[in-house]
Amino acid sequence: MKNFFTSRLLQAIPTLFVIATLTFFMTRFAPGGPFDSDKAIPEEIKIKLQSHFGLNLPLFDQYLLYMKNLLAGDLGPSFKYVGWEVSELIQIAFPVSLSLGVSALFIALLIGLPAGMVAALRKNTWWDYLPMGIAMVGICLPSFVLGPILIMVFATELRLLPALGWYSWTDLILPSLTLGLFYAAYVARLTRAGMLETLRQDYVRTARAKGASPGRVLLKHAIRGGLLPVVTYLGPAFAGLVSGSFIIESIFFIPGLGKFFVTAAFNRDYTVVLGTVLFYATLIIILNLLVDFLQAWLDPKAREQR
Amino acid sequence: MHFIRKKSFQLACCLLAFGFLGSCTAPSNVEKAIEDQILHFGLGAEPQHLDPHLATSVAAHNILSALLEGLVGEDPRTLKPVPGVAERWDISEDKKTYTFYLRKNAKWHNGDAVTAPDFVYSFKRILTPSLGAQYASMLHVLKNAKTYHSGKKAWEEANVGVQAIDDLTLELVLENQTPYFLELLNHYSWFPVHPPTIEKFEAFEKMGTPWTKPANFVGNGPFSLWEHRINSVIEVRANRHYWDANLTQLSGIRFYPIETSDTEERAFRTGFLHVTQSVSSDRIEYLQNKHPEWIHFEPYLGTYYYRFNVKVPPFDDLRVRKALSLSVNRKLLVEKVLKGGQLPAYCFTPPDTGGFTAGDGFGYDPVQAKKLLDSYLKDNGLAKLPPIELNYNTSEAHKKVAEALQAMWKTALGIEIQLLNMEWKVFLSTISKGDYSLARAGWIGDYVDANTFLHLWRSNDGNNLTGWSNKEYDLALTQAEQSLNPRERFTHFQKCEDLLASEMPILPLYFYVHVSLRHPSVQGWHPTLLDHHPYKHVYLKGEVAK
Repeated sequence: MKNFFTSRLLQAIPTLFVIATLTFFMTRFAPGGPFDSDKAIPEEIKIKLQSHFGLNLPLFDQYLLYMKNLLAGDLGPSFKYVGWEVSELIQIAFPVSLSLGVSALFIALLIGLPAGMVAALRKNTWWDYLPMGIAMVGICLPSFVLGPILIMVFATELRLLPALGWYSWTDLILPSLTLGLFYAAYVARLTRAGMLETLRQDYVRTARAKGASPGRVLLKHAIRGGLLPVVTYLGPAFAGLVSGSFIIESIFFIPGLGKFFVTAAFNRDYTVVLGTVLFYATLIIILNLLVDFLQAWLDPKAREQR
Repeated sequence: MHFIRKKSFQLACCLLAFGFLGSCTAPSNVEKAIEDQILHFGLGAEPQHLDPHLATSVAAHNILSALLEGLVGEDPRTLKPVPGVAERWDISEDKKTYTFYLRKNAKWHNGDAVTAPDFVYSFKRILTPSLGAQYASMLHVLKNAKTYHSGKKAWEEANVGVQAIDDLTLELVLENQTPYFLELLNHYSWFPVHPPTIEKFEAFEKMGTPWTKPANFVGNGPFSLWEHRINSVIEVRANRHYWDANLTQLSGIRFYPIETSDTEERAFRTGFLHVTQSVSSDRIEYLQNKHPEWIHFEPYLGTYYYRFNVKVPPFDDLRVRKALSLSVNRKLLVEKVLKGGQLPAYCFTPPDTGGFTAGDGFGYDPVQAKKLLDSYLKDNGLAKLPPIELNYNTSEAHKKVAEALQAMWKTALGIEIQLLNMEWKVFLSTISKGDYSLARAGWIGDYVDANTFLHLWRSNDGNNLTGWSNKEYDLALTQAEQSLNPRERFTHFQKCEDLLASEMPILPLYFYVHVSLRHPSVQGWHPTLLDHHPYKHVYLKGEVAK
């Protein structure tokens, strides 16, 4: 197990290196640059700006310099938000995305897991059709539709909750619901599928034959195996949740990471694009590793394979 | 019975929960504002810089005009210069020397006096080539400023026309007579910076230093910088050291950089914002019908137009450019497609720009258009024009205009237009390389004078990009710059407009209108051409409708 952990961590290094290299050159080869604007900038000013950010060096030298700084933990300054370091921006935006992501995940699990389990236990009854139908709608309903609907009901009409912003705890409710309901739908469907699969297993039948109550069968025997697909899904889903959602952040005006990432690409803010991509990549690697651990804990078969 | 009791218990619980949530919800920003006099302002975008010498955006202007004040201020209705840091000024007979007398009680936020040397320092800073200020050319009207800015000579040697006669007297000498000079002083590039702060952060010729962070920023305007949470809020609070603090009624302004207009509208409707930066074009009609008290249409100093690349066929031939222009029904475009109160543009400079209204040069005559195109086709032995690509940056609004024009040209001339939308930066780089035949464009004036529009079409102007150059045009514009008699200047401007209309390197379509939502409690806010609203005149008053 220890070896497995070490080797996975070591694998992460070349992965990150390749991601950094590819992203670096992909952003540079995209047409346009950070200082293009609709009002013409005199050539000498453009040169000044470029040299301020080291863009006057040959591309490969820029790359080497970036990698050198990266090794020292320096992600460089933002081109768009002048005066801010990329690491500073991530430090500001990540806690926002993290709290939003965690509460959305909480909602997703709180709704998705029971709904999926009930649907599996009462297969082909209304207990199955109704939550699964709603889940299907949840998956199909994009957040840019659900978000404004929730705002209309709870903020504009009932005036119970704030429509947008990130200033008090009540600001968390509507965006995490919007984000969480979508994931809840997936979790419900995956839980149902996983549980159905497990409930057909021999060891569950044995437990039933030995007279275990349905509740005990579910919670003691079936749940571990039944949740495997959900856990596999949760790793990348969690990374997606906490790395910010551009759409949710735009609808609810939340200063999260997703907005930095997407606008940086539009602005050709090279360092912010690279910084956020690397941050996201690291996050996925770590979370996938966690998922592997959880899987091993839940599934004896997976443990043996390692 | 038992069932009913259980149900009523559940109902009571629900009501309690909702009541609790309801009681938790504080009154909205707009409701509170009558008491606390805080204006909640939709900023549209996060400004790139809060350094007045490096700033380049409308968003930056909206904040900097709260934090800093130049030599003159603006009348809230007309934007005409009124005393600012300078309480009065003299203009020499040749109209080239301006002497400003600074008020004694003008203070920086830390209590230091605002002095003439501070202005000299500030003007020197923005003109210093190594700072790389994009708007430094705004100061080129000062004598020898261009020489210093080009880096050819040192400050003393260049003898730039800026001199502090004493602590409270500042003399500015101009290169040419510039009738709009005082108006120009309200552009943020002319705002002063606090020299000790700049020195402390070694920011004289360096961008990106932390002097613009709230703890460090020292301004001289009616408000001081209180908080800056990136992509979330910028808050300014009334500054008690400001010389006109008695007039200022707002206790603070919170600026929210909300980029999407739909989100802004939702924020407005829930009482989060007093003023939005924009309104989604799909929503204008609805809001106009349902909430005429919220929506405001105000003329804005800008022109929406298309550029022709006159270096490539078929637009290297005047007849084709003319044919395209003559077959555009601009009235129909603004009334049926845009529907936002825009004005059709039959010239390039918006009407009444600094008193100048150009005559209509670009008309509508589809019959003549067809004749011109036929003659071109005949001369070139063509049966029809090959398809033409129309480039625009991705946006629903630009697409709508492009599709309308595509249809008009198809009907009137039988031309096939291929619409090609591009991401903003790709678009900019394509146009600046001249890699296009027909492309959308827009221009917003920096100050209220026709020069801010017409300089674009000078032969060597970096914004021209059409490949068109005309010596007569350049000459007329130079003559306009040098003449002080308004009537004479307008004659030269008209000459420029006439040349544009006869050579048609561009296709003006409409003049902008600034559409925004504004709460009725906002007072002292007047429509102005540059969308400037001096905050010291703004206040919040009245009953707030829930």
